[in-house]
Amino acid sequence: MNHSNHVVSTAITAESIADSSVVASEAVAQYALGLGDDALVLAHQLGEWIANAPELEEDVALGNIGLDLLGHARSLLTYAGTAWDKSEDDLAYFRGEAEYRSRQLFEQPNGDFATTIARQLIASVYFVALYRALSLSADTTLAAIAAKAVKEVDYHVDHSAQWLERLGLGTDYSHERMQQGLDAMWPFVDELFRADPFAADLEGVAVDPEPLRAAFDAKVPRLIVDAGLTVPTVSPAQGGGRLGRHSESLGPMLAEMQVLARAHPGANW
Amino acid sequence: MTSPGDSGGRETWPLWEVFIRSSRGLSHVHAGSLHAPDETMAVRNARDLYTRRAEGVSIWVVRASDITSSDPDAKGEFFESPQGKEYRHATYYKESEAVPHL
Amino acid sequence: MTAVQPALPEEKSAEGSVDQRREFDRLIDADMRIEPRDWMPDAYRKTLIRQISQHAHSEIIGMQPEGNWITRAPSLKRKAILMAKVQDEAGHGLYLYSAAQTLGIDRETMFEQLVTGAAKYSSIFNYTTPTWADMGSIGWLVDGAAICNQVPLCRASYGPYGRAMTRICKEESFHQRQGFEILLELMRGTDAQKAMAQESVNRWYAPALMMFGPPDEDSPNSQRSMAWKIKRFSNDDLRQRFVDMLVPQAEVLGITLPDPDIKWNEERGHYDFGPLDWDEFYEVLAGRGQANAVRVARRKKAHEDGAWVREAARACADAQAAERMAS
Repeated sequence: MNHSNHVVSTAITAESIADSSVVASEAVAQYALGLGDDALVLAHQLGEWIANAPELEEDVALGNIGLDLLGHARSLLTYAGTAWDKSEDDLAYFRGEAEYRSRQLFEQPNGDFATTIARQLIASVYFVALYRALSLSADTTLAAIAAKAVKEVDYHVDHSAQWLERLGLGTDYSHERMQQGLDAMWPFVDELFRADPFAADLEGVAVDPEPLRAAFDAKVPRLIVDAGLTVPTVSPAQGGGRLGRHSESLGPMLAEMQVLARAHPGANW
Repeated sequence: MTSPGDSGGRETWPLWEVFIRSSRGLSHVHAGSLHAPDETMAVRNARDLYTRRAEGVSIWVVRASDITSSDPDAKGEFFESPQGKEYRHATYYKESEAVPHL
Repeated sequence: MTAVQPALPEEKSAEGSVDQRREFDRLIDADMRIEPRDWMPDAYRKTLIRQISQHAHSEIIGMQPEGNWITRAPSLKRKAILMAKVQDEAGHGLYLYSAAQTLGIDRETMFEQLVTGAAKYSSIFNYTTPTWADMGSIGWLVDGAAICNQVPLCRASYGPYGRAMTRICKEESFHQRQGFEILLELMRGTDAQKAMAQESVNRWYAPALMMFGPPDEDSPNSQRSMAWKIKRFSNDDLRQRFVDMLVPQAEVLGITLPDPDIKWNEERGHYDFGPLDWDEFYEVLAGRGQANAVRVARRKKAHEDGAWVREAARACADAQAAERMAS
């Protein structure tokens, strides 16, 4: 075999952050926590697709996307935890629903493949804009996490866009499913671009999501139309994920995710 | 002759052969095959499937049915000619063996 | 679509000419590889299709018992490792389906054989995974046994099979280690964690040993597969090799293997071990395991639920191809 495995990597990871002496300030930690929750909730849901995707090739593709997002979540939560002497797992497994700050798009159930693609497209385009801006952050750890993430989420946009096109233009049935998927996810677009309460006092460090909307609007509606679909006109959901207000799906999701860790508090795995 | 493994359209998605360049300066080498609806998705599936461990810097995909191969039963005729033409190889030239830089 | 010739062209007799048979035997004797378009005896082809597709099905069905814990993995690191591992299994199934496909059977047909029960998969995946420690046991014992089986298959006489196995073995090198480390972490943990690990190993040990197949005297197909160099070592040889590896590893873990007869035999240079319950093996093989029906039903559902997606992508590709033709 002549292909090489590059096991020695310079990419920033949860482990490299934990091993370093870097400590996030209280404000940066609060901000990173929200971003970490977004990535974690979405990654968790993509994990459910492995062994259930429409074709084996897609099991692998969705797995890769889920693993990328889980990597982002782990880095962000680890970094946030440095402010409070907590591990990524303390934060992931021992906070309740009301303490989770993920925005509501990410907790929307997988639904069928088209719904997952709709959610992933919206999420990925948002992530690209966010991480591109965050890679310029004055906080070097946040900047490094974002610089790695942006290349990965760029690929996720491509994956979702390819499927949007194929489902939109494929058969009558797939067209209908894709439109319904978009309609179901569209109410949660707005919240992504509302001011982040934890970004307010972090000029030059955190990213204000409001200006990112322009990049989203320049890209996603065009992709939808090119796929022969209609840009939904549904009203936005109320939102409030950053403040711990969630749809009914997050509680059961966390209950499942946290059940074993909570049955053995203080244990190592 | 088409590639072995081509199912002739009985499957929903056709079979593709994947070639990976593991690093700059090396040729693309056959890595395996996969199913995909079209060439765009085939390249992406190849990326997801065959480069999960940083095995590649470039990918080619070819629809299996588009590959033409030599006839294995004609191996004799096809590959006999070079036999006996050892003078094409440096090792044939014994007199110069000990001479430096030759 | 272009006109397609099947991998085994009809005009060639399955028995082959004298020259073809002689060439096949020469390649096997010389320890060289048989490649897809070579003439091969029909029984060799059938044996390979059976074995490779069974192996592929095992990878795919094997995703389920571990997939069961992806959403509940107790740390984010373990969650990532488990996702990557189950995803690898999809990849490995896919490499193997591709290898089988070079013998003239397509993935759709193999899928049908799986869901109708015409094709088998490794019985081990019909056991359930009630505890997290089972993720450790599967990695350490089940993948450990699989690796013992698979390493010699990298030299299988059929080229595409050997190449797929080479890639799989390379990728799987982390699977056994991560399982071992799950158990190691549990054994270093609380009393409840230690008990969880021991209880799980108690359940998986014997089924893992049975993965090598029935004793040699009851394994009718083994001899021929060994003559054809598809298989390089007998079931019992591999099982012995596995036990010899496990005993010192169990000592490192501080776990007890559930067999009081395990004892070093100086004369043989191997560990002796007790008899296995082959009745249980045949019961599970016959479909009366913990989860046989569930595993197949779940695979069938995923495939059927995905049909509209596959068809949509195909329709889209066909439309684009037609457009290109027209312009």
